[in-house]
Amino acid sequence: MSDNADFRPTDWGSDKMQARLRNRYRKERTFRVAGFAAVIAAGLFLVSLLFSIVRDGSMGFLQTSVDLDVTFSAEILGDPRAMTPEAFDEGVRRVNMQRLLLSALTDYFPEATSRRDQRALLKLVSTGARDQLRQMVLDKPDIVGTKQTVRLLAADDIDQLRKGKIDADAHENDRKVKDQELGWYKKLVADDRISLNFHTEFLTSGDSREPELAGIWGATVGSALTLMVTLLIAFPVGVLTAIYLEEFAPKNRITDFIEVNINNLAAVPSIVFGLLGLALFLGVMNLPRSAPLVGGLTLALMTLPTIIIASRASIKAVPPSIRDAARGLGASPMQVVFHHVVPLAMPGILTGTIIGMAQALGETAPLLMIGMVAFIVDIPGGVTDAATALPVQIYLWADSPERAFVEKTSAAIMVLLAFLIAMNGVAIWLRQKFERHW
Amino acid sequence: MKKFTLAAAVLGAVALGATGAHAQSRDQIRIVGSSTVFPFSTAVAEEFGRTTSFKTPIVESTGTGGGLKLFCAGVGTGHPDITNASRRIKKSEVDQCTQNGVNGIIEVKIGFDGIVVAASKDAEPMTLTLRDLYLALAAKVPAPGTDGGEANLIDNPYTTWAEVNPDLPNRKIEVLGPPPTSGTRDAFDELAIEGGCVTFSGNKAMAKSNSKLFKAACHGLREDGAYIEAGENDNLIVQKLQANTNAIGVFGFSFLDQNADVIQGFPISHDDMAAVEPTFDDIASGAYPISRSLYFYVKKAHIGVVPGIREFLSEFTSDKAWGDLGYLADRGLIPLPEDERAKVEADAANLNELKLD
Repeated sequence: MSDNADFRPTDWGSDKMQARLRNRYRKERTFRVAGFAAVIAAGLFLVSLLFSIVRDGSMGFLQTSVDLDVTFSAEILGDPRAMTPEAFDEGVRRVNMQRLLLSALTDYFPEATSRRDQRALLKLVSTGARDQLRQMVLDKPDIVGTKQTVRLLAADDIDQLRKGKIDADAHENDRKVKDQELGWYKKLVADDRISLNFHTEFLTSGDSREPELAGIWGATVGSALTLMVTLLIAFPVGVLTAIYLEEFAPKNRITDFIEVNINNLAAVPSIVFGLLGLALFLGVMNLPRSAPLVGGLTLALMTLPTIIIASRASIKAVPPSIRDAARGLGASPMQVVFHHVVPLAMPGILTGTIIGMAQALGETAPLLMIGMVAFIVDIPGGVTDAATALPVQIYLWADSPERAFVEKTSAAIMVLLAFLIAMNGVAIWLRQKFERHW
Repeated sequence: MKKFTLAAAVLGAVALGATGAHAQSRDQIRIVGSSTVFPFSTAVAEEFGRTTSFKTPIVESTGTGGGLKLFCAGVGTGHPDITNASRRIKKSEVDQCTQNGVNGIIEVKIGFDGIVVAASKDAEPMTLTLRDLYLALAAKVPAPGTDGGEANLIDNPYTTWAEVNPDLPNRKIEVLGPPPTSGTRDAFDELAIEGGCVTFSGNKAMAKSNSKLFKAACHGLREDGAYIEAGENDNLIVQKLQANTNAIGVFGFSFLDQNADVIQGFPISHDDMAAVEPTFDDIASGAYPISRSLYFYVKKAHIGVVPGIREFLSEFTSDKAWGDLGYLADRGLIPLPEDERAKVEADAANLNELKLD
């Protein structure tokens, strides 16, 4: 009992103990400061990233227009009162709308008489203006024979000039917009015919080589279709795999082997899944190229390991007492799993799924292999139509030489982020709904 | 119950895919290939879709080599109809095509693309020869005072442009350019670096005696940080040049054309000839030394099977597209001389097949 005899209560007042205490508090303070600094740094990175994207991208949602007085001459378009509506429509589809544009422009700028000047004049407005006029005539044949002030899309250079991205004071040789066009532009501005408006077509149309006509809707639909296929395949297969491995499978070498493989698959670079998709879905199964179906299947392969691992972890986290109680009350193993374990594990499973889906949403590498990195104008109507995806669209625009695509790229990133937030929002809502406390 | 609905939905989706695959007929042209030709090909595709009753073709950017591989994989609607290339098709690729039953290939040369050596407007201008570019950028260069050749090659010792050529400014060698996977890089190696390499008589002799070594010596760029691979994205290089006035960039002419307010292209000279600025006219005339031809190839067997190929060909070779004032010239394509255009157009219209000699 000599130990007990030596026992003395801690002398908190001693210098040694005080120094130790100080040291402890200091360590804790340092740790807190470091942790807080990390949060601040992460926040700053995020804010500066978002700031630069929003600063560049917000302009992408705006578009410059030119107001022109267009005479819808019956001579060029045909007289709707003198022929059947079908013949009129057919004729209008064939008419070169450039003639209407040119006469409107030369009325306004009578000094442009040479062919060269007229070509330059036509470049003030977008090539999409022709279709705009055509659509107006088709929608309202009565317009023929009248003179209307029409708001037409400006060409991308004029748009960039309006937005200040082209320096009007620079030397002519250093400028995309030459002095002649600049003079015309200034006249239009003086007459208040240039305006900057919200560009709805950016959100509703497909891709184009003209920055002012390019839209994000085709890629958004493509992403949505692709992710739908991914979710439909990866979620049930992943969750059922996790349930089987966790609740029913015998623990032996084979299941161990499967487990190791699933963990390894989660770390495989995504391009490998693209190659697999190319060989399997396009090579063996002969599915169509560039289709969201194939993209979705390929991304499902990529997402599966993530979902399985997250689902297994959250199933494992359900306390055994729940299973015991259910079984004690006479539930069958399947009832135990589907009535008790899975609902309780659902929040974790959904978190895993959303991480996997978010990853799939941002992927371009596997899509390259199966032909989804492509210029596609038409908006896909189903999972077998050719389509592209949001990150692919961003990549393609970022690589375009036209200056106006810079802001479109940032605007597309904003759309991608909005898509992601919407997707996460749904997942969080579902998770709240399923959340049970015990 | 929910699980069953999901399973049914999955089956439905897969079945839908299967029917899509069996319906093998295709009413839309499919184009693959070079990312350099991509901006031109897509512009024609869009115009074609807008002005005809055919659907807008789908254009994939797969790279020249990848595109030709897909193109030569076989005949049938599962394979692409057209492939774009930033170099001419090789004999080995034609053989590959023939092996897979792709026999009639129509070659369409569409124009030129200049590769520019450029820097920020704020940088001091330089006039470079191909020899300067070679000495500054090749991994192995002839030892100073020698004429090259196997025995005289040493690791590139130069760190500033003034060391390469006393007439050049005393500025660090820092060049941003495309990685080896890019077609632009292939062309740059072949036209600029090799062009400078053979100005040394020893190297030139090597081309005959040891072609393997010649290739390594005249195509290999240095990897010690003086040449920086800046990725496939030329816009990125343009941005980096603006931020760093010391750096020099290598990229396609269309990017210089679009960014002429912030970037200047350096005049380049071949040997003793006068230096030529990278301008539209001088690239078109062939005076600018670093320019290459662009092509696309059409599978003859698909004409008549996939609707619109003939019409697409005639749209591409029409004056309003590839002419001197056509919409492709607006996008930076340098048109062929007029007589050559007429010949290519006639060949395309008659569907004359490619013959490599």
